[in-house]
Amino acid sequence: MSHQQHRVVITGMGVVAPNGHGLDNYEQALRNGVSGIQHHEHLAEANFACQVGGIPQGIDAIKTDYLSEESLLAMNEAMIFGAIAAIDCWRDADLPEPGDEPDWDTGAIIGTGISGLDTIGNKLIPLVDKGRVKRLGSTMVEQVMASSSSANIGGLLGLGGQVTTNSSACTTGTEAVVEGFHKIQSGQLKRMLVGGTEGASKYSWAGFDAMRVLARGYNDKPTEASRPMSASAVGFVPGSGAGMLMLESLDSALARGGDIYAEVIGVAVNCGGQRNGGSITFPNPIGVQRCIQSALNMAGIQGHEVDLINGHLTATMADPYEIKNWQQALGLEPQQMPKVNATKSLIGHALGAAGGLECVASVLQLSRGFVHGSLNCEDLHPDLEPYADRIVHTTEDSDARILAKASFGFGDVNACTLFKTFNP
Amino acid sequence: MSNDVFEQVKEIVSPYCKNKAALENATAETSFLEDLQINSARLVDIVIDFEDEFDIEVSDEEADKIRTMGDAVTVIKAKT
Repeated sequence: MSHQQHRVVITGMGVVAPNGHGLDNYEQALRNGVSGIQHHEHLAEANFACQVGGIPQGIDAIKTDYLSEESLLAMNEAMIFGAIAAIDCWRDADLPEPGDEPDWDTGAIIGTGISGLDTIGNKLIPLVDKGRVKRLGSTMVEQVMASSSSANIGGLLGLGGQVTTNSSACTTGTEAVVEGFHKIQSGQLKRMLVGGTEGASKYSWAGFDAMRVLARGYNDKPTEASRPMSASAVGFVPGSGAGMLMLESLDSALARGGDIYAEVIGVAVNCGGQRNGGSITFPNPIGVQRCIQSALNMAGIQGHEVDLINGHLTATMADPYEIKNWQQALGLEPQQMPKVNATKSLIGHALGAAGGLECVASVLQLSRGFVHGSLNCEDLHPDLEPYADRIVHTTEDSDARILAKASFGFGDVNACTLFKTFNP
Repeated sequence: MSNDVFEQVKEIVSPYCKNKAALENATAETSFLEDLQINSARLVDIVIDFEDEFDIEVSDEEADKIRTMGDAVTVIKAKT
C-alpha cells in the first residue's frame, strides 16, 4: 500500500499576472492577446536601458479584500502577489475556509527567484547604513527570508504539511510543480499548493539591465517589447506576479467531488552541469533534451503524442536553440512538431514566478480548449523558418490533450512538466 | 491631555490588534497581548510608532514594561 503510486491532478488555480488577476481575466487576456507590458517611470528615473516591464495592476485596491491590516504590515510585494494567488487557488479548489486546526493533509512549495528586494532596498539597507537598526522593527526577517511567501501563505491557509520555498532562478515555478508532484505521487500528502511569486522591485531588475539581457529600444512601444522567437528579439522584458496550482491525489479529488482541470502525467528536473556549451547563463542542450525526455518516459508517451508546447522562450538569442532542443527531444521533423506558443510575449519574464504563471496558462489552455497567440513574432527568427507553421500567432480553438511545459534557468537548470486533459 | 494620549494610543495600536472589539472598549487595564491579541513580536513596532507620533525616545527597558494601554500612556506622558 505504501508503495502505491498516486495519480496527480490539478483541482484549483490562482493567478496575479501583469495582464490580469483571476483565472477568467487571465484567460480573456491570453485569448485576446492583451499585453501586460507598460512603460514605468521609476525605471526611467533610475536610468534603466529597459524601462518597460510587466507589473500586476490594481492590486493595492483589492489587497484588503484578501488580507488583514495586521497581515499587510509585514508583507512586501512578492508576498502580497503570492498570498492573493494562493487564496484564490485555495477557494478555486473548493477547500473549506481555514479554521482553528491546521489542514494536516496539505503542504506548499512556493518558489521565488529573488524575493523581498523591495524591503531590502527601501528599508533594511538604508536604515542599517544610518546606524538605525532599532528602527527596523519586527517585520524585516519575515519579509527578507527566502521562505517569506511560503511561510506567510502557510499561516494564512493553516497548512499542516511541509511548507517550503524552492529557488532555481527562472526554472523555479515549474520546479515547484515537479517537487509537489512527487510529494503526492508517493502518498506523503493529499494536496500541495505549488507555484511561484516574484515582486517587481527595480533592485531585482537592475542586474539584468546591466547584463544587457533586457529588451532595449522599446521604451516608447511597450506592448511590442516582449518578442520571443522574433528576428528582432533583443532581450527579455522583466515581469512579476504569482501563479499557483493545487496539486491533489486523484483519490482525494474524487472523494471531495471537485472539478479537475487536468492531470500531471510526467515531470522532470535536471541540470546540464554547465558543460557541453552550457554555462551559468546558457543551457547545455543535452541537459535540456534529457529533461524533456525524462518527463516523456515517466508519462510513458512518445514525442508525437505531445499536442502543444508552452515554451520557456524569453526573447533572447536562446529561443532558436530552445526550439531545436524540443525537436531533438521529441524526435520529430520540424513540420511534425506540436504547436508552440510563448506566454512571455504577453506578460514578460516573471523570473521565479514565470513557471507558475505559465503553468496556469498551460492548464487553462488545455482545460478550456484554446491555444493563445504569441505576440510580436511576425518577423520570425530565420533559424525558426522550418517551424513557421507550428508557431501560433493568433489564438485558436484547440482539442489538444497533452501539453508540454518547460522552464530553464541560470545555473543551467531545467524543469519539464506534461499536463493532460483529465480522463478518469 | 491624558484622554487625548489614550485615544492616540488606541489609534496607533489598532492596525496590530486582532481583537478590535476589545480595543473599542479598552481601559487603562487592557493588556496588549492577552486582551487585544497583538502578536508579541509587534510590540517593538508599536513602540517605534509611539516614538514617531509623540517625537520621543523610548529605551528598551521602558519598552519592556509596557504591557497595558495605561502603561503606554504613562510612559508617553512622562516624556511629553
